[in-house]
Amino acid sequence: MVVIFVLVVGFLTGVALVGSFCYESARITDFSRKNLKPGIPYLFGTDWLGRDMLTRTLNGLSMSILIGLCAAIISAIIAFVLGVLAAVGGKKVDACITWLIDLIMGIPHILLLILISYGLGKGLKGVIIGVAVTHWTSLARVIRAEVLQLKESQYIKIAERLGHSKWKVAVKHMIPHLLPQFIVGLILLFPHAVLHEASITFLGFGLSPEQPAIGIILSESMKHLITGKWWLAVFPGAMLVLTVILFDVAGGVLRKIFDPSSAHE
Amino acid sequence: MWINGSGVTNLKNWGFYIVKNFMRMMLLLIAVSIVTFALVSISPIDPLQANVGQAALGSMSQEQKEKMESYWGVHEPPVERYLNWAKDFLQGDMGVSLLYRQPVSSVIAVKLGNSLILMLIAWLISGALGFFLGVLSGVYRGGWIDKLVRGYCLLIASTPVFWLALILLLVFAVYLKILPIGLSVPIGMEASGVTIADRLQHAILPAMTLSITGVSNIALHTREKMIDVMESDYVLFARARGEKLGAIVVWHGLRNIIIPAITLQFASISEIIGGSVLVEQVFSYPGLGQAAVAAGTGSDVPLLLGITLATAAIVFMGNYVANLLYGAVDPRMRKRGKVT
Repeated sequence: MVVIFVLVVGFLTGVALVGSFCYESARITDFSRKNLKPGIPYLFGTDWLGRDMLTRTLNGLSMSILIGLCAAIISAIIAFVLGVLAAVGGKKVDACITWLIDLIMGIPHILLLILISYGLGKGLKGVIIGVAVTHWTSLARVIRAEVLQLKESQYIKIAERLGHSKWKVAVKHMIPHLLPQFIVGLILLFPHAVLHEASITFLGFGLSPEQPAIGIILSESMKHLITGKWWLAVFPGAMLVLTVILFDVAGGVLRKIFDPSSAHE
Repeated sequence: MWINGSGVTNLKNWGFYIVKNFMRMMLLLIAVSIVTFALVSISPIDPLQANVGQAALGSMSQEQKEKMESYWGVHEPPVERYLNWAKDFLQGDMGVSLLYRQPVSSVIAVKLGNSLILMLIAWLISGALGFFLGVLSGVYRGGWIDKLVRGYCLLIASTPVFWLALILLLVFAVYLKILPIGLSVPIGMEASGVTIADRLQHAILPAMTLSITGVSNIALHTREKMIDVMESDYVLFARARGEKLGAIVVWHGLRNIIIPAITLQFASISEIIGGSVLVEQVFSYPGLGQAAVAAGTGSDVPLLLGITLATAAIVFMGNYVANLLYGAVDPRMRKRGKVT
C-alpha cells in the first residue's frame, strides 16, 4: 500500500516537475508540423499552430497541480480552524460558522468562483484565491463533528477533570487525533480544487489565452473539434482525469494507513 | 395522540418549524445578496470603462460623464448603493442588463426557461438512476455490481463536466452525426417554426451530460446509507425470520433511506446548476449558465447580481422543500417539530 502511495506521489511530482520545465517548448510554434495526428515523435499530436500537445498538456497539468495543491492547503487550514472553532467556541460561534457554511453552499460553486474572480479583477490571483476560499466547507463540517465527538469522549473529560487547561487538552489530545483526518481531507480536497480550477479557466476567467493551462487548451480545442481534430481535446482531458484519479487513490491509501478499520468499508 | 390534545401542539410546532425555516432561508438570501454585491463592488474593473468602452468614454463631454457616473453610482458609498439596489430589487426592478439591453428580470426569465428543461431532465434522471444504482450496489456490496458502480462513480467524479460534454459532442455530433452540435433551436429557423421536438433534440446532449455526472454523488451516498441499513439489527432479524432479500430491501431498506435520499436529491440542485454553466458553454446552449458566464466576462454587473440571486433562491427553495418533505415522509419529524 505504501508502495502505491509512493508511486502515485512520485508520478504526480514527476509530472509537476517535467511540466514546469516544458514552459518554453510548449510555446514553440512551427507551421511545418501543424495539425499532426498523434504518433511519433508527437505522442499527443500537434495543434493548428504546430505546438506540441504533449508538452502543452504537461505544462498545463503542472500548473493545475500547483494551483490545486496551493488551494487545497489553504482551504484545509481554513476548514481546520473554523471546524475547531465551531466545535469549541460555544453556541454562538457554532451558529455563525454553520450559517456561513450554508451561505457558501447556497451559491452554486462555479457561480461563486466567477463572482470572486470578477471581484478580484480576474487573472491568476482570482483563480487561486477563489478556489482556495471556497473548498473548506465540507471538511470544516467533518472536523466540527469530529471535535464534538471528541469532547464527549472519556479521556478528554478525564483530562479536563485533572485540571489540564483547554489549550493543553487541545494540543495534547485533540490535535493528534485530528491530524490524520486533516491530512486525508486535504488530499481529498485536491481533486475538487483542480477540477474547479480547470473549469473556471475553461470558462475564460483567469489565465491569459497563451498560457497552456488545461482549461484553456480544452476551450481552444472546441473550435477545432468539428473539423475532426479529436486529439486536441481527448488527450489533455484524459491526462487531467488521470491526475485527479491518482490524487483520489493517494487519499484513499493514506486513509487506510492512518485508519486501518476503514479498509473494511 | 389527536384525542388527548397533544396533536394541537404538534401542529403548532410544525407551523413554527415551517416559519422558522422560511425566515432562515430569507436571511440567507439577504446575506447572499450582500456578499455578491460586496464582491462586485470591490472589483477593480471599472464599470464605466467596461461597459461604455474606453474610446466612447474619451469622447464624452464632462456632463455626460457625470451623468453616467451618477447612473452607476460611482461616487456613492457602497452601502448606500447596496440599499438603493436592494430597494429597487424588492420592487421588482432588477436593473437593466448591459449586454442584452433588456431588463434583467426578463433576460433571466427567458434564459431560465431554456435552462429549466435541461436541469429538470438531468435532475430527475440522475436522481432516479443514482438512487437505483446506489441501492443495488449497497445491497450487493462487494459484488461485481458494486465494483462496477463504484468504479463508474470514481471515474465520473474525477472527470470535468465540460470535458465529458466535449467527448459526447465528439461522439454523437461530430462522428455519428445523430444529434445537433449546439444551440437550443435549429440555426436559421424562425422562433415560431421551432417545435417542441426540436427543442428536445437540442437538449438531449446537454441533459445527458448533466445526468451522467449527477449520478455519481447520489449513488455513492445512497450506497453508504443502504450498507448501514443492511448491517442493522432489524435487517438481521428480518433475515432470520426468513424474509426474502427483495422484501427486506423494499420494506426495511427503502423506508429508511428515503430521508437521506430526499436531502441528496434536493442538495444536488446546486451541483446541477453549477454543471449547467459549464455544459451550456460547451453546447452554446442559450441558458442561464451561459448568460452568467457572459455577464462575468462582459462585466454586466446587474445581470450577474440577478443571476446569482435567482440561482441561490432556487437552491435555498430546494433545501426548504426538502425540509418540508421530511415532515410529510416521516411522522416523527412532525411530532418533534425539528429535524434531527
